[in-house]
Amino acid sequence: MAEEKESLFSKRNRGLLSDPLNDNNPITVQVLGICSALAITVQLKPAIVMSIAVLFVMAFSNMIISLLRNSIPNRIRIIVQLVIVASLVIIVDQVLKAYAYDVSKELSVFVGLIITNCIVMGRLEAFALGNGVWRSFLDGIGNAFGYAWILIAVAFFRELLGSGKLLGFQVVPQSFYDMGYENNGLMLLSPMALIVVGIIIWIQRSKNRKLIEKH
Amino acid sequence: MDRNSNGYTFLFAGIMVVVVGALLAFAATSLKPMQDVNVKNEKMQNILSTIGVTDVSREEAQGKFDEFIKEQLALKVDGSTDEAVNAFNIDLKAELKKDPEAQRFPIYVAEKDGSKFYIIPLRGAGLWDAIWGYIALKDDFNTIAGVSFDHKAETPGLGAEIKQQWFLDYFKDEKIFDKDGNLVGVAVAKGNNDKVTKDDNKVDAISGATITGDGVTNMIKERLAHYKQYIDNQKGKLASNN
Repeated sequence: MAEEKESLFSKRNRGLLSDPLNDNNPITVQVLGICSALAITVQLKPAIVMSIAVLFVMAFSNMIISLLRNSIPNRIRIIVQLVIVASLVIIVDQVLKAYAYDVSKELSVFVGLIITNCIVMGRLEAFALGNGVWRSFLDGIGNAFGYAWILIAVAFFRELLGSGKLLGFQVVPQSFYDMGYENNGLMLLSPMALIVVGIIIWIQRSKNRKLIEKH
Repeated sequence: MDRNSNGYTFLFAGIMVVVVGALLAFAATSLKPMQDVNVKNEKMQNILSTIGVTDVSREEAQGKFDEFIKEQLALKVDGSTDEAVNAFNIDLKAELKKDPEAQRFPIYVAEKDGSKFYIIPLRGAGLWDAIWGYIALKDDFNTIAGVSFDHKAETPGLGAEIKQQWFLDYFKDEKIFDKDGNLVGVAVAKGNNDKVTKDDNKVDAISGATITGDGVTNMIKERLAHYKQYIDNQKGKLASNN
């Protein structure tokens, strides 16, 4: 295979990691995985845990599918993908229940819903089935980080403006409240996540020349 | 072998299922003990919260539980204790399916700031699935010191609100006996509209969560009824001591 002659972090491989962060971001450009971006970004902590869970699932499902790509029967490939993603998700869920019980209660069904996260299935179908193990692994990590930084950015603003805290610690000083500042309760509601994502997309599109649509 | 043949497809699917199944079974059984500890500690936290011992971290739960909970009794239907049964390990879900005669009713006797509390576990049905909780009675066996509820699958924003502090606070100082001395529990009722009257055996319902509210009412009434005999016995003892 030609790709084996490439160094592990050749320009092309580095592109797999960096593209999803900006030019081809799964949330802001492909608009996938929005559901979980709304649901678990009220606070930073669940957003970070969710990101790690997705990172784990994406990296390994991409790797496993890529390993099996020459032996998976074509007719049942979607089922095979689902089985692998689902079992990785169950493992994540079980580990969270054992080691991070509170977070797992908070994320509740959303861990299970990683199975239906379009980003995961999308990358398996579009990338891992046709690429080598290392490249698929990088692609999984790249996309998971692309997903993660948006999630964390949204959660940062929602927790800061919505409850004046970050990771559960009070950051807006009491003197602000004494002068009449109030937490914006609206930030805690799901629709505000969409608006924050919208603002991120707006900023990104005005900065990134490649994303500006030509007429 | 031809990758598109039926035989290969079945073979692949078969091997995949066996491998994945074995892997998941291994993960589940090896993590089970730690998950059980979490569930147990959470149960202790919930029990402690009814007597106002909140802010207990999961790690401290065991220590605080031992500090405040003096006795854990498994009662028979006639109010006597069954020494052979560990009250904490009683699974109400399984217990509820038995006849009342065969059931054992757990009760926790707590002591805080010199006063005694009697904590009774509850379990019943909400709208979608099980609801459960704990109710702490003061030593007059009538006044509620505090409650805690939880649910499996009630609707967020409606039925799921029963676990919120503002709802739990309604129950504080409510009475479980009516004026004629009947054990009626506390009903979640419409149109009560007051948070002050503490002797009407009613608390305000949550709008849009009628069935969950009725579930809470029935759960309290059904469960407490089984403790009537024990309560009478204890009251009798108190009276004879004085």
